[in-house]
Amino acid sequence: MKFDASVLSNTERILFALRALYMASGYEKYTMSRFEEYDLYSRNKDFLVSDNVITFTDTNGMLMALKPDVTLSIIRNSRDEADRLRKLCYDESVYRVSKKTGSFKEIMQTGLECIGRIDTECLAEVISLAAESLGMLSNAYVLELSDMDIPLALLDDMTDSEDVRRRIIKCAGERNLHGIAEICAQENIPEERSLPLKRLLSVYGRADKVLPELEKLCAGDKLRSRLERMKMIICGLKDPGVRSRTEIDFSLIGDVSYYNGIVFRGFIDGIPDRVLSGGQYDRLMEKMGRRSNAVGFAVYLDELERIALPDELL
Amino acid sequence: MERMLNIALPKGRLGDKVYKMFEAAGFPCPEILETNRKLTFENPEAGVRYFWVKPSDVPVYVERGAADIGVAGKDILMEYQPDVYELLDLKTGKCRMISAAPDGYRDDPQRTLRVATKYAGIARRYYASTGREIDIIHLNGSIEIAPILGLSDVIVDITETGTTLRENDLRIIDTLAEISARLIANRSAFRFRQEMIERVMKGLSAQAEVET
Repeated sequence: MKFDASVLSNTERILFALRALYMASGYEKYTMSRFEEYDLYSRNKDFLVSDNVITFTDTNGMLMALKPDVTLSIIRNSRDEADRLRKLCYDESVYRVSKKTGSFKEIMQTGLECIGRIDTECLAEVISLAAESLGMLSNAYVLELSDMDIPLALLDDMTDSEDVRRRIIKCAGERNLHGIAEICAQENIPEERSLPLKRLLSVYGRADKVLPELEKLCAGDKLRSRLERMKMIICGLKDPGVRSRTEIDFSLIGDVSYYNGIVFRGFIDGIPDRVLSGGQYDRLMEKMGRRSNAVGFAVYLDELERIALPDELL
Repeated sequence: MERMLNIALPKGRLGDKVYKMFEAAGFPCPEILETNRKLTFENPEAGVRYFWVKPSDVPVYVERGAADIGVAGKDILMEYQPDVYELLDLKTGKCRMISAAPDGYRDDPQRTLRVATKYAGIARRYYASTGREIDIIHLNGSIEIAPILGLSDVIVDITETGTTLRENDLRIIDTLAEISARLIANRSAFRFRQEMIERVMKGLSAQAEVET
């Protein structure tokens, strides 16, 4: 029986369109069980968007959880092969407490993960696909891109106290420069040591516009090589439309115990929250005893319920 | 043409003061000063639409994108911790978040500390950081009366001059934070209305300097 595409809901249209995009780019569809041992999540609680998990006891007495996240399951169920590259995509329901309503919600999530040997080319491909995913949903999108190791390196020069670092990272994520100044005053960190970070946070926008400015700010071999890598990734974005909608913004810093290096986030005009987020999560891999590296992203379909879809998806 | 920038202002004395700053920064909207029952006020030439909301609701409007930017007290931001950008300290509406107790009060660490406050989140985080076990008594106003009537041992509240505290024989124990009005922005709106938001920021930043 042929079926009429008009029976599809918006969420299903987006889901199938994105799945087609990822599979056409060589990503293998990964399907997993709806349940997973609770232990996996309890050990990595901070990685989860919300730390509440729905649990139940299985017939064998094992404490199980309704999946609050996909990445952790994929890592656990994939082989640790540092010399190969596995490219996976998924679309799954996850169960989380919605920050807005405070109660559990079933959320459709789709995304992809690359596990194994991650090089600049692979990073550029993942970022391109993230941007293309947004582009399928709207013409008015922005992909925010950061290499969190750059602001973190500048932070190293300011303090080695974990607590102060955490507070400054929070302020950086809020573009709260006056907050950083206040913390520095409290902690007797001289202003000249906080200036490089504050300057870095003040330079943001389209890559071609801000890179010359950033080159002046990134002194020293380590920072320069990180910025060089970022430039190479941006050069690796082949579609000029994607390049023009990619904006560098170092206020984007992921959770330091899981993420490292390249992190990114996608916004669509008219939708108040980010609809896509991702990055490299080598720290998480290490925590789970893996030698291989990883990068991936998720698209949050619950944020897209109210979007007016472009004609191509209707 | 780009759509107007939606700006949520806190109803009340602080909001009036902050509107004056927006006006002086080059974003006036004369009809806002007329006495009527309108809820939103536009000035298409300046590209702005203002609306008054309850001060504690400003972060909700901004976080959910109904307002692109807004002005909220740091106390409200600390309490609700909305996921927004905090772009500027407007250096107005200054006060302090404090803990206070009746004169002569002696803390007995063996007992659970009873804390009366409007700011349950802030109080909980503050005492958790000191390792003190507390019992929160959530009140919506007239916090100062709670220790006088024996409802609580201490209060966590904001004070501008300390007069109300002194008149009720309360003594400040600790300052938790310095409070002032902050310009906040929705994360998505910041990306798509960047130029306009930056213009507002620049104008207000100059006004904040005047405040100091």
